[in-house]
Amino acid sequence: MSQAPERILIKGNEAIVRGALDAGCRCYFGYPITPQNEIPEAFSSMLPEQGGSFVQAESELAAVNMLLGAAACGIPAMTSSSSCGIALMQETISYMAGSCVPGVIVNMMRGGPGLGDIGPSQSDYFQAVKGGGNGDHRNFVLAPATAQECYDMMFSAFALAFKYRNPVMVLGDAIVGQMKEPVRCVPPKHALTPEQLMQQGEDWRLEGYDRHAVPEPRVLRSLLLKEGQLAAHNRSLHEKYSAMRQEAAAEQVFCDDASLVVVAFGSIARIAHSAVRHLRQAGHKVGLFRPTTLYPFPEEALRALISSGKRRFLVIEQNLGQMVEDVRLAIDGQAPVSWHGILPDLYVGAETLRAPILEALEGGKHV
Amino acid sequence: MSELLKARAGEKLIFDHPSVLSEAVTHYCPGCHHGIAHRLVAEVLEELELASRAIMVASVGCSVISYDYISVDSVESPHGRACAVATGVKRARPDTIVFTYQGDGDMGAIGLAESLHAAARGEHITAVFVNNTVYGMTGGQMAPTTLLGQKTTTTPMGRRMELEGGPVHMAEMMSQLAGVAYAERCSLDSVRHIRAAQDAIRKAFSIQAKGLGFSFVELLSGCPTNWHMDPVRANTRIREEMIPVFPLGVYKDITAQAVPVIADKVVEGRS
Repeated sequence: MSQAPERILIKGNEAIVRGALDAGCRCYFGYPITPQNEIPEAFSSMLPEQGGSFVQAESELAAVNMLLGAAACGIPAMTSSSSCGIALMQETISYMAGSCVPGVIVNMMRGGPGLGDIGPSQSDYFQAVKGGGNGDHRNFVLAPATAQECYDMMFSAFALAFKYRNPVMVLGDAIVGQMKEPVRCVPPKHALTPEQLMQQGEDWRLEGYDRHAVPEPRVLRSLLLKEGQLAAHNRSLHEKYSAMRQEAAAEQVFCDDASLVVVAFGSIARIAHSAVRHLRQAGHKVGLFRPTTLYPFPEEALRALISSGKRRFLVIEQNLGQMVEDVRLAIDGQAPVSWHGILPDLYVGAETLRAPILEALEGGKHV
Repeated sequence: MSELLKARAGEKLIFDHPSVLSEAVTHYCPGCHHGIAHRLVAEVLEELELASRAIMVASVGCSVISYDYISVDSVESPHGRACAVATGVKRARPDTIVFTYQGDGDMGAIGLAESLHAAARGEHITAVFVNNTVYGMTGGQMAPTTLLGQKTTTTPMGRRMELEGGPVHMAEMMSQLAGVAYAERCSLDSVRHIRAAQDAIRKAFSIQAKGLGFSFVELLSGCPTNWHMDPVRANTRIREEMIPVFPLGVYKDITAQAVPVIADKVVEGRS
């Protein structure tokens, strides 16, 4: 069977939109910011054609609060932005987590701090994974590396958001969002239908009380003033976050007999993949561990690699050292972990990563 | 219904409890007008038979737990963002009746952008705006609507034009926006004004139900606690000090034939 007719040449940003629409997204709210503008632009024409609603908001603050409103109705909805725009959204992401409403936030990272630049960067790992919002809350963070994954991961994003009633962030960067690639826009196997997604909100969504199974008003809130209420709520959130850990996922390439495992995510993992493949062809025992969920971090899978041999680990990321902290927490001193950082706005090639990988393989500096 | 509200033998019930208003014991201070405003909204939702498909967006301020009193589906908004949250609700479920209930700090300060842009887009929502010229919940600080000369905990010398600027006029601003179908300012200081306020709230929800655009009702309200006066004196202050600065009346009504009149006389002409 030929797959050629199903593949179309689109940017990662456009793949996000097509994936979201096929997954059942009915509302999009956003504010322009580079490098993700293809997302609102594509939604503005495609969403109304499918009977959904598109709003260009007056700010990222407004956009994410519109998302909160639509999500409270149990309607699959999303927003997108980049870095500093995501910073503005953090308060409401915390409210969404506290009120237990599902929503998808796409972040195509740009360089920072501040206004930074519009080139590729992974410097918002902390912001996404550790949370910039207030209170004890956690968000899923998915990390696509290709345009195809941008399409496919939108199904996972909406499924996780509704399964756990929790915000989900899809974390890409300027390379992931802007690069054009052939994408096969067919829902992944086992993907929920939009109807199955919506059914999961029947017990809690707002729709006017006469539409509820038990016709009584529902309140979605995060304010819990009575003594003991917030403690009980946060305990239940903690249990939910523990359950979320089972969704941790990673891709492993050549790890079985590797003396050095490179740990990288997103676009940098893709470049590292090429570097590792080239080094394998030259006889070097190197592998790649690519988390596809950054929260929950796939620490057990990573830890499992320690016991199977005298391995070293090398974290490569386009920032000044962020994911390396989670890698070190997972490895917990049981193996050497070194780190190689790439500054923002640099478009590195696989050959650039050859030297740092070989240095780490040979037991180079243990940072 | 609580036993106190039931008619006993020989009694005739002449003042009932609207079903949309819960019987929760109020947390509002004595003389506060939120209770009256809640009741007006609840009575209108009941009268127009909209409660069962209504979704309220609660804001941050004294009325943050308005959902404890107004018994409809509700969602809590971050401070100032109620009109953006309401936009999302209405876009997701156009078959519902969506309203925000916001104070002056929430709507006129931190949430001014979200309020004006939801209005400019003509979102089919209703905003009930309670203006009592102070931040109540946090203890009486200056609000965007604080009058010139008014002493608050952050304007101990009284609000000065040259340092703190002048009060924000929401009804007037709303009336300038293309998406607004209806904007009226009312007051809760007297029975006559309260009846007019209910007419305005009824009209605002009717306009939403007809899909005509954004509807807005401002309610001048008393805050005896933070004004440091008794409720009767607070009502007098509304009449003598607030209404001259915030004139009552219909500022915009796209359903009216005549040109809107901006004057208290509009209210006085009501039955």
